[in-house]
Amino acid sequence: MPDAPRLPAELLAEPPLEQVWARLDLVMDPELDEAVTDLGFVESVSITPSLHHDDPREVQVSFRLPTYWCSPNFAFLMAESIKREVEVLPWVARAVVTLHDHMAADEMNAAINAGRSFGSVFEDLHPGEDLSALREKFDRKAFQRRQEVVIKALQALTYSPEWLVDMTLTELEAVTFQDPEDARQTGRYLAILKAKGLARQPSDRALPDYDGVPLTAEGFRTYMELLRSVRINMEFSGSLCRGLKATRYKQADLSGEVPVLVDFVPADLPDGANSIRTFH
Amino acid sequence: MYITPEGKEIFVVDGHTHFWDGSPENQANIHGKQFIDCFYAYHSNLSPKEELWEKSKFEKYSADQLYNDLFIEGPDDIAILNSTYLKDFYKDGFNTIERNHTVAKKYPNRFIVNGSFDPRDGEKALEYIHWMKETYNIQGVKMYTAEWNGSSKGWRLNDPDAYKCFELCDKLGIKNIHVHKGPTIIPLNKDAFDVHDVDYAATDFQNLNWIIEHAGLPRLDDFCWIATQETNVYAGLAVALPFIHTRPRYFAEVIAELLFWIGPDKLLFGSDYAIWTPKWLVEKFWACQLPADISAERVGIQLTDEIKEKILGLNAARLYNIDIAARKAEFAKQPMMIAAE
Repeated sequence: MPDAPRLPAELLAEPPLEQVWARLDLVMDPELDEAVTDLGFVESVSITPSLHHDDPREVQVSFRLPTYWCSPNFAFLMAESIKREVEVLPWVARAVVTLHDHMAADEMNAAINAGRSFGSVFEDLHPGEDLSALREKFDRKAFQRRQEVVIKALQALTYSPEWLVDMTLTELEAVTFQDPEDARQTGRYLAILKAKGLARQPSDRALPDYDGVPLTAEGFRTYMELLRSVRINMEFSGSLCRGLKATRYKQADLSGEVPVLVDFVPADLPDGANSIRTFH
Repeated sequence: MYITPEGKEIFVVDGHTHFWDGSPENQANIHGKQFIDCFYAYHSNLSPKEELWEKSKFEKYSADQLYNDLFIEGPDDIAILNSTYLKDFYKDGFNTIERNHTVAKKYPNRFIVNGSFDPRDGEKALEYIHWMKETYNIQGVKMYTAEWNGSSKGWRLNDPDAYKCFELCDKLGIKNIHVHKGPTIIPLNKDAFDVHDVDYAATDFQNLNWIIEHAGLPRLDDFCWIATQETNVYAGLAVALPFIHTRPRYFAEVIAELLFWIGPDKLLFGSDYAIWTPKWLVEKFWACQLPADISAERVGIQLTDEIKEKILGLNAARLYNIDIAARKAEFAKQPMMIAAE
């Protein structure tokens, strides 16, 4: 969920580019449930210069995907999220999003930046397609994948299925995980659990299924089989997407630094590629 | 033939190979370039370093190269060559049945060539199926539901026009329907990699075998559910298998999942040549053991030698009526042809 707009004092404390990247860290690839920044999809961010520090400004974000063929509906969801997240910043008047090197890039860029819907662009290819249903489907998978990590981490702490099915929100929030990745994923799980209204009160069950139905000890094993297969799928896509992205653009391995895109064929260089994320 | 480190002979049927021409000369447009580039990215991304090819060789290789990599260097006994037309992208098509037959003719008894058709062609598709059966006596076809055709960017197995074609296949004894359900090419449906049309088609055509290439990845969960319900649905391992090198534990998890849901009799080895070559795939597959925790999570299933032998050849031999004993005897009498030049 988007944070509340930052206060001007914070604004001064953090450079604008950092703020934009922080918003982009919140944009997930809907199919993979991983941040587009972690996946290396965001290629450049630039901000139009202004005379006065507090003038509203335009931000340009460009991104690329692992293949020319990546599904346009997934790409559209990401572009929409990028625009929405960046425009949360109070000093941003407008975010312009550009997808490069994609079979439907031109149509999609025009639609996103004009605020038109996916259906309006791909009427002939996806008659009547409603992206909100797709978004919902991916939310379900993201919930399930995060929940599996949490449950497995709890099982490693010797919580039994009988315990887990009745575990409350308060109890889950009180658990301390040794592995930082488990702790991070639990935070992400709690975020989606609450955002979807699946647990509101401290005494609510913390581990329901995505439809809000409590789990049972008897059905626990079967439920875990479902979560497992969701994860295996998502890992397949994630691994393939990362690999193809790296192969397509020959990403350099700059250990310890945020990877940058290098070695482009000159003709492939997008405008604004000079403002890659190099400030860390 | 693959000889295991213990000296056992394993009959290998490579269920998924290609003889394509993706060269710049044959590319009709930018899509043709991007298509072969995408294949090359799969190749570069998942192959061991010592198996990497030059781009130009990958775009277009000779029949002799193919024969050498599969049967001389590689362990294949029989290879199934699938046809993929992509006539919107390539002037002479990507790998048509005619092109595949030039190899099958040059090296007899080694290849099974599958045809292909596009149900959106209507009556013409039906005529084409008749023609393929009469001319080449095909036993199977390869379907590419995401293929472009004029203004259409894809179709589904349960479209009415497709059903007319499958009725004809059934009547003519074209039993094996390979379907590409996996990543790679633009899928413009609601859910890009949806596999649910397999469920309808497999239920409605019980006489046909539905071999789902790439096991529906990345929709393995949906696919496993369907394949568990339908007795005539099989999984091709192409694309899943090369993960055995880059991410062996992940591959173990995928194969364990398939064994758990679908069982050992409905999984088919495929190299997806020339994206990958069979030699290293088969060697690594034979050496693969399921980690204890992955096995324990799935009621203790194992990837035994017997199961590997089924996956590498016995399952496909059953689908294609290959008499293994007869073929082995025949190959033993006939010294391996050395690829010319």
